[in-house]
Amino acid sequence: MSPDNTATEITTPVVDKQPTGGARPGGAAVTTALLVLRRVGTALLTVLLASFFVFFAVQALPGDVAQQLLGQDATPDAVAALRETLGLDQNVWARYGQWLVGASHGDFGVSLVSGAPVGPDLLVAFRNSMLIAVPALLVGVTLSLTLGVVAGVRRGRPSDHAISLISLVVMSVPEFMVATILVLLFAVAIPIFPAVVLRGDSATVAELLPSVWLPAIVLTLAMAAYIVRTARSSTIDVMASEFVTTAELKGLSTRQVVWRHAVPSALLPTLNVVALNVAWLLGGVVVVENVFNYPGMGKLMLESVFNRDLPTIQAIAVVSALVYVVCNLAADLIALALDPRLRTRRKVRS
Amino acid sequence: MSTTTPPAPASAAGPAPIATRLRSVWTGLGSSVSASSALGIGLGLIALHVLLAVLAPLISGHDPVMTDSTAALSGSSWAHWLGTDQYGRDILSRTLHGGQYALLVTFLATTIAVGIGTVLGCVTAYADNWFDEVVMRVVDALLSVPSILALLVVVTVFDSGLWVIVLAVTVVYAPAVTRVVRGAARTVITQDYVTAARARGEGSLSIVFREILPNVTDVVLVEFAMRASWIVLLISTLSFLGFGANPPTPDWGLMVQENRTALTVVPLGTLAPVVALATLVIGLNLSADGLSKTLGVDRAQRGATS
Repeated sequence: MSPDNTATEITTPVVDKQPTGGARPGGAAVTTALLVLRRVGTALLTVLLASFFVFFAVQALPGDVAQQLLGQDATPDAVAALRETLGLDQNVWARYGQWLVGASHGDFGVSLVSGAPVGPDLLVAFRNSMLIAVPALLVGVTLSLTLGVVAGVRRGRPSDHAISLISLVVMSVPEFMVATILVLLFAVAIPIFPAVVLRGDSATVAELLPSVWLPAIVLTLAMAAYIVRTARSSTIDVMASEFVTTAELKGLSTRQVVWRHAVPSALLPTLNVVALNVAWLLGGVVVVENVFNYPGMGKLMLESVFNRDLPTIQAIAVVSALVYVVCNLAADLIALALDPRLRTRRKVRS
Repeated sequence: MSTTTPPAPASAAGPAPIATRLRSVWTGLGSSVSASSALGIGLGLIALHVLLAVLAPLISGHDPVMTDSTAALSGSSWAHWLGTDQYGRDILSRTLHGGQYALLVTFLATTIAVGIGTVLGCVTAYADNWFDEVVMRVVDALLSVPSILALLVVVTVFDSGLWVIVLAVTVVYAPAVTRVVRGAARTVITQDYVTAARARGEGSLSIVFREILPNVTDVVLVEFAMRASWIVLLISTLSFLGFGANPPTPDWGLMVQENRTALTVVPLGTLAPVVALATLVIGLNLSADGLSKTLGVDRAQRGATS
């Protein structure tokens, strides 16, 4: 899996394709193709807008970057020279254009701290974060959908009470506490897993593998609680609907009613929550990676904020925005493919 | 917390499935009671936290920031009920005071974010034209940037003052509220009383504030409770990461960060703030559940659009 390639492929059309997708008047013709096209256009526009906000928000931060890099007692000449090298003397719109074109090719400029290009470092950090986020997502979504449907179908019974209570408690305990308890249990009391990653940013995938488990478990737990609750209430709604009653009156077994009639409808509203959780994972890794000293995107984010490494902050923000938009786009398109009702509406709500 | 009843089964108005129909005879009776008891327990927990935070200076026997090197890392004793931390500060006092900052910031930030989001959501839903389209695209773009990154940047640049954090949290959460309220307001707009108001020739502002706004109050209330629970956790996370409350301040997130390394020596130093934080969040979540059930707001639908 190569996140950088996908990022480039998806970012590039932002500049090229956006007008055709975004400018089309919605609702003129209600063909599915147009709906999809409109939705994709909206997604591209959103990424473009997000990059715009990120760039100008970072530019608007007080403090002169050149002054900050050289220290307070630098001569004005040296500051002016550095400003020129960094391109800070140019028009801000011109710089935005350059940055955007560069970013669409995966070139996010040079880190103010290390002097190395931001792109490759970010790629490694992103890959490391995916090592904990993807297993957490797969296990978390499967587990929580199952638990949520079980709780929804058996609502009011002890198993439902247990699942609801546990998810409420897990949701209310901060991730840093779950992480701390897991370290205490499985790294100090019973030393199965390493507590923190000692090798820094240069660690290879094989070296990181033993350290992946505890962070992934923390993320899984934190994410699962919300999905369990959504899946549960959505299942309850569907189980009370008329078509489920019809299926029951037809004489189908409970198993068939649940799995063939109720679950597909119940999972639709959950789809968007899952997509939102993917985006949440990008933020959730900040805490988890901080506790475990795991060299991923969250840790890179904290370091770059500490050092005011603006190009890195911009790059992280844009990559996160891209992931968020792509996940939501995917959720909407899957919903569109699964639910024919959505295709006949006037336009897709984004 | 083991006695807390979980969120009650929704009092579904539709026909109950056969599998649960028999059961519904007795749970049906209890369902409305359970929904209000979830709300009662939730509001009770919140009230308890507010009360403790307000009374903290009176009821805690120690100064929460006073250090005492002779009594560092002591266990429970008559003088220090929950022991002391590495600087000899009384953990009970710090935990009691720790709620002040969290509650104040959460209340301010949630109120402002939900207020702005509500007004913007109603206005855009009513406008339903290019303005709506523009606002929603901006909201989408703002939502796509990770909230923690935005917060961290703002806090490092402008220092972690109270109002800076409130402002940053507002910017991060107002777009999400806008979206949810807009969704609710769109269904209100199709109602006959809005058409009637239009026919009477009432102005746009009057329709938005006197017809639409009162009818999305239920959604806004639930939204308030739910956002508050997230904001409490977010603010404690900021403090834990070292970007929130400044060190001598008693704050739950900060206390966990400080005492985490001594977890095996004085476990209460970490557990006390976490229990305090978790009970507050559970209270907020139960309130959100109870509110949504007694007011008939569908949490699943809302979760899908937030």
